Amino acid sequence: MNDMTLVERDVETRKTKISATDVQVYYGETHAIKDVNVEIEEKTVTAFIGPSGCGKSTFLRCLNRMNDTIDVCRVQGKILLDGENIYDKRVDPVQLRAKVGMVFQKPNPFPKSIYDNVAYGPRIHGLARDKADLDDIVEKSLRRGAIWNEVKDRLDAPGTGLSGGQQQRLCIARAVATEPEVLLMDEPCSALDPIATAQVEELIDELRQSYSVVIVTHSMQQAARVSQKTAFFHLGNLVEFGETGQIFTNPRDPRTESYITGRIG
Amino acid sequence: MPTIWLVVSLFVLSAIGYFVGRNRALQSAGGDTRDLHSLPIYYGMNVALTALIPALSVLVIWVLAQPMIIDTQVSRTIPAELIPESSTRGLVMSDVRRVAEGLDLAVSLGGMTEADSQAINAETTDVRARLGEYGVALGSDVRPEVLKAAQTYRNLTATASLAMNLVVAVLAIGGLAFAYSKTHKDFRARNVVERGVLALLIFAASLAILTTVGIVFSMLFETLNFFSLHDWKDFFLGTTWAPNFRGDSELSILPLLWGTLYISFIALLVAVPVGLFAAVYLSEYASGATRAFAKPLLEILAGIPTIVYGLFALLTVGPMLVRVFGRGDNGLLGVEWMAGATSVLTAGIVMGIMLIPFVSSLSDDIINAVPQSMRDGSLGLGATKSETVRQVVLPAALPGIVGAVLLAASRAIGETMIVVMGAGAIAKFSLNPLESMTTITTRIVSQLTGDTDFASPETLVAFALGLTLFVLTLGLNVLALLIVRKYREQYE
Repeated sequence: MNDMTLVERDVETRKTKISATDVQVYYGETHAIKDVNVEIEEKTVTAFIGPSGCGKSTFLRCLNRMNDTIDVCRVQGKILLDGENIYDKRVDPVQLRAKVGMVFQKPNPFPKSIYDNVAYGPRIHGLARDKADLDDIVEKSLRRGAIWNEVKDRLDAPGTGLSGGQQQRLCIARAVATEPEVLLMDEPCSALDPIATAQVEELIDELRQSYSVVIVTHSMQQAARVSQKTAFFHLGNLVEFGETGQIFTNPRDPRTESYITGRIG
Repeated sequence: MPTIWLVVSLFVLSAIGYFVGRNRALQSAGGDTRDLHSLPIYYGMNVALTALIPALSVLVIWVLAQPMIIDTQVSRTIPAELIPESSTRGLVMSDVRRVAEGLDLAVSLGGMTEADSQAINAETTDVRARLGEYGVALGSDVRPEVLKAAQTYRNLTATASLAMNLVVAVLAIGGLAFAYSKTHKDFRARNVVERGVLALLIFAASLAILTTVGIVFSMLFETLNFFSLHDWKDFFLGTTWAPNFRGDSELSILPLLWGTLYISFIALLVAVPVGLFAAVYLSEYASGATRAFAKPLLEILAGIPTIVYGLFALLTVGPMLVRVFGRGDNGLLGVEWMAGATSVLTAGIVMGIMLIPFVSSLSDDIINAVPQSMRDGSLGLGATKSETVRQVVLPAALPGIVGAVLLAASRAIGETMIVVMGAGAIAKFSLNPLESMTTITTRIVSQLTGDTDFASPETLVAFALGLTLFVLTLGLNVLALLIVRKYREQYE
């Protein structure tokens, strides 16, 4: 596997985008996330790996306060976005989510036209001055989502009528249309076939030029292929966090080694 | 022997069948249930059901068919020239039945022997007086041919009942014997019972459908009677509703239809926004505790009998509206627009209140069926909760909500008690919601509850109105179901 020779990847230090310190998450009585400390850099793909139920998705949802929509969920600790605590009372979670976009496990296009799906975010945030401007944003986003060529002739068709892979790329286009600074992806390829997966992975690599991307994945190959940094979660703890190449070739923690070699999971 | 005892003995026989069937199966397996193809209970059930079901079905059909067949036979024995001019065959036949019942009663009370009841002769005995002794009141003296028909009627009934008892008994015992003889450890009793259960389910399903068909047909015949007496063009295209007893009534559905639709429209104007907002609050904003408390409370509204709503309209809403829109200078607005408490607005508002839980409960289910991933997608793009509801959840739920509104509309169109008490009785075309108007349902009630001749067009028009109403609401329901079904396919 050529992808494993990642030690030589570009490892120049970048600015920290999100910095999480001592994050604890409780679901009612359950202590789901324990003492997690992570620094997510800008223009980097960070992968969260770990067995099911280890808390990686929960932690991802803390980064744009999606957990606020769950009544029993409590978050403690500090998560700084560009040095500002996102759990501060002055921060509006709605504004935050415009800056920290999210793509979900299952493609979830709205039952609207493809155009309206992409225009949804820009419209509610008032990003477009006029119709022509909005058209531009939609086209640019669809191009970024690597789906423009497939849908440019049927922008009025319903988004739900696309194939699974197209739907997921439409959802990514929809997420980038609001010009987020960080893009969170929760197992974006788990519902897709290998070809669609490859397309989305290619897309993730391109998105790295402009955004900081955090991706949760069950596939270690995928983490190795697309990410520069990898965090391994186990039973609610962040076991190890570092360069992807180092995690996969030379893990420091025995649990990480067991997981990536397939002994626990 | 009264039929009830026949039914009881059928069940007793079937219970016996259960135990003997079960025992025989166990015996054939040497008492070891593991050797049986099915559990012992299935062998018992098989015998019990084979004994019970055919016999019981024949009994039911026989009991329903016997009076009809005997009626036709007896009726044929009465020559047409013996039917008085002022009467009809149907009336004579009801006399015959009453005399027959009277004779039955007399015999059972011991005032007459069976032979007496056969020998009694209208020319020598005052049958009316004799039956009067046993509390059987007859409208007129019994004519000889009626007495004779009554006697034939009694004889036929007695023979038929005997035959029925025999046939049912033979079927039951035969069924039991047949199933018993087949009971053996290798017999697939479980599969047979399963088929029996399937048949039962099919029967239940078709019963509901057949009832609907029966309702339609009974209405259809009376409606055809009406149209043979009254011009259909006046009914569907006329503009006046003015029934009278001189025989030149103008019976047009259009003014009634106008009233019905106008009141339903106002009802929906009240029910749809309130119900929909309530549903949005309950399903999107309310906490679990509030929801658990508020939803049942809202649904209590649906359990209130409509007559109570009618009283509410008559005693509270109507007078309140009069205080606002009427009474001239003494009223709140100082206008004189509304004279009485009954009006389109009164009935419409109260009917709207009645429909609120209907709309909200259906919409709530539909909104809840919108996948959570839709909401997450919208919230994840930085939309607020209300933007999510307005731009994603409601559009996704819209077809279902339209279906719910149509169902509510068809309930509003068919609603009776509220409009009887709140809408008034004047049939007219008017746009003023403060005037009283009348609806199809109220007219059906008033046309049928009067003491007019049942065969007159003034009474029969009720069936034509009823059938039109039925077709109207059926159409709305079908449309609603189509829309709801189309919506359901979207997320599966």
